[in-house]
Amino acid sequence: MNMLQIRDLSVTFGGLHALRSLDFHVEEGEIVSVIGPNGAGKTTFFNMISGMVTPTSGEILFEGESLLNLDPSQVTERGIARTFQNVRLFANMTILENVMVAQHCRTGQKIFGALLQTKAFKSEEIAIREYGEEVLSFFGSRLTGYRLNQPASVLSYANRRRLEIARAMATRPRLLLLDEPVAGMNPRESAELTGLIGRLRSEWGFTIVMIEHDMSVVRDVSDRVVVLDHGETIAQGSYDRVANDPKVVEAYLGRQVKDKNADEETSS
Amino acid sequence: MTATTNDTSTFEAPGLDWRRQIRFSLIGALSCAFIALAGMPIGLDRRSIVYPVLSLGYLSLLWVPFVLATLAGSQVVLEGMGERERDTRDLAAGALVGLGSALGLVGLMILVKNFDLRDPLVNWSPQLLDLLSFNRSTTLGMLIWVVLGTTLGLLGGAMHVVPATIRAKTMTVVLSVLLVSVLETFLTDLLEGFGLEVLTDFIYYKRGGLEILGALLVAVLAIAIPLLVGSRIKGVRARVQKMPPDERSRVNLVLLGVGAALLLILPFFLGKITNELLANVGMFVLLALGLNIVVGLAGILDLGYVAFFAVGGYTTAVLTSPNSPGFSPELPWPIALIIVIVLTGLVGLFIGAPVIRMRGDYLAIVTLGFGEIIRLLFLSDWLSGWFGGAQGITNIPGVDVGIGTVKGTDPRSVFLLVLVFCGIAVYISWRLENSRLGRAWMAIREDEDVAEAMGVNTTNTKLMAFVVGAVLASFSGAIFSAKVGSIFPTSFLMLVSIIILVVVIVGGMGNIAGVIVGALVLIGVLGGPKQPGLLQEFSQFKLLIYGALLIWMMLKRPEGLVPNVRRSRELHQDEFLQDAWLKGEIDTDDEDSP
Repeated sequence: MNMLQIRDLSVTFGGLHALRSLDFHVEEGEIVSVIGPNGAGKTTFFNMISGMVTPTSGEILFEGESLLNLDPSQVTERGIARTFQNVRLFANMTILENVMVAQHCRTGQKIFGALLQTKAFKSEEIAIREYGEEVLSFFGSRLTGYRLNQPASVLSYANRRRLEIARAMATRPRLLLLDEPVAGMNPRESAELTGLIGRLRSEWGFTIVMIEHDMSVVRDVSDRVVVLDHGETIAQGSYDRVANDPKVVEAYLGRQVKDKNADEETSS
Repeated sequence: MTATTNDTSTFEAPGLDWRRQIRFSLIGALSCAFIALAGMPIGLDRRSIVYPVLSLGYLSLLWVPFVLATLAGSQVVLEGMGERERDTRDLAAGALVGLGSALGLVGLMILVKNFDLRDPLVNWSPQLLDLLSFNRSTTLGMLIWVVLGTTLGLLGGAMHVVPATIRAKTMTVVLSVLLVSVLETFLTDLLEGFGLEVLTDFIYYKRGGLEILGALLVAVLAIAIPLLVGSRIKGVRARVQKMPPDERSRVNLVLLGVGAALLLILPFFLGKITNELLANVGMFVLLALGLNIVVGLAGILDLGYVAFFAVGGYTTAVLTSPNSPGFSPELPWPIALIIVIVLTGLVGLFIGAPVIRMRGDYLAIVTLGFGEIIRLLFLSDWLSGWFGGAQGITNIPGVDVGIGTVKGTDPRSVFLLVLVFCGIAVYISWRLENSRLGRAWMAIREDEDVAEAMGVNTTNTKLMAFVVGAVLASFSGAIFSAKVGSIFPTSFLMLVSIIILVVVIVGGMGNIAGVIVGALVLIGVLGGPKQPGLLQEFSQFKLLIYGALLIWMMLKRPEGLVPNVRRSRELHQDEFLQDAWLKGEIDTDDEDSP
């Protein structure tokens, strides 16, 4: 059975069809890249899986259960975590607190535990902290040590992206949605992060769906590439197959002019 | 231009910055005229600061030239940029601003003498003219103001020229004289409690205000005490800093215990008035701590917070008073309190449930509406069978604690009760801030959508903030009921919500100590919506001063008197990041590969 199964999914914002009868699936342990030109509906696609946008029609099944009509927090609880394209950290909370708060739905101490300082509360606090540090240490020494108690706002751009991933990891997901994880990074950083994405699967057992514009990253890590354009899947398969698909080339570069009629067709 | 110096850290400013001085002069002139016409000099003249030379009324004008002259000379020092050398230009600028401010008053005096605008402006009176001309001829009065203004301005400017230590000492002296004078009621009360009337008789004039000799004594002490004790305190602090963390936390715990014990003993040494005053402050601390959870931690701007105070107060009244019109079980206060807490929590849920689906401005307006709805319900004829309408509920008994009864006629016991509940409220705030729930509140304040996407159930979490805030307000309401002995809808005006919010903002949003300081300064010194503060004369100008203080705080120190680290970081993001960068705390490279 597929881990994530999406059938005939459509979203319209007013008259705009952001996604049109989309079919999509991810198998457990896969790394799937979603690519497509700007405005193709990639981020809407993520927003919909994570429950931030309600689809107009269609169905989303995660491990056999429907995700429709769930709040984003409930989706996260089921085991899907995401990062954001325009990094959205809790900038005034410390780095450690960022990953601690992400464990909210995996922990359960209520108000009285905190007030009475029960044993369960204290041990849970320690567990939250330890797991947070473990997640942060995945990125080496950058986010740990003296940095733990610094606010997230002092981090460099690349480290903010890393902290976003760490925060998503801290929710203990099974499926990780990465929205342009290497955007804005230099080639060396993105090469390193590509390696880390591979390790996220091999060491942490996450299944990964990733939106990415950097084709070298897409080529290096994806098992399968799905190309969206105007809210529709126009191609999918291995990187090589997709990269040479004439439809994909057309979506990115435009159609070659063959005759006058065809030209008018595209512009209309 | 003169030849450039080798020292690049200073640069020559081309003469006086006329624009800036004229702007400040105008501000000074307008402020002086406004304060005079608002009636402060007349209204506050009875209260002496230093008898017989200075009254609060004159002080309300005299601070203007001094402070504005100081402000006019201050400049923003940027990192890496040299500071302009201080010289006589600062003195000239200060004198100019002082003169400008005084000219505002002179102009006002000419106008008051020659025209009659008493109709719209109540304080446009011969009395004002007399006061402004020091009960001498108008011309002499004007001359005095010009000299006084210029001198004060000169002194204000001189603050930048003299070395920093002298400046600090002057400030200490001025502030301590003012403080000792303002705190007169409190200090006399306290010293009498220790049997030290001799001291108060010496420094205070019998009809209020410091004696000149007393003021001198205070000034000498203000200089001497830091010299004698300062280095020792520094030494102790340094020793504590060097201790291992667990030992340091033990020292802190001991200090906390000693502080709490002192606070509990304090009421027994205080007189009625001070106990009453501090009890009022304590009730506002309770309210402000509750609102701090809602606004400061969870970021929900609740403008109708008084509703929970009202529900707490009215529920207590109904449950304990024999005069309650509808339902009168006459429960003892502690049992009633449990029901009050549960009920107010429920009301928090009911009001919160529809409200928290909104955000930002909408939420603020809707909470404002709910605050008024609750008050109008208590006032309405429809429910007057239960709550007595405009007649309210009277004859509410005090709190029976076995050894005695806590009620309004015995402010000491009320203050003790309030202290206990403040302790509980501080504990609740402190524990919750550092818990799973507290972190979720902060995440919601930072970015609600992301918090939701990271698995925080925002609806429940925000509701919890409402409920906890409501419960803390209900403590205050229950004590209020028992203290006053009767309860009317007029005690729960919207103004109360606003004042609690001002206390939280001025004190320091999101910081427990800040909230307490805010309540002490605003409610203790200026007074609450109906409660007099230390400066009872201020009561008619209270809202004016609240407003001015709020504007000034928003402009100059938006993080409050005692800021929360996080919040001040948020408000001064750029400066903070620049500092961090200069200290090398920001990572700009990623050389440290794992």
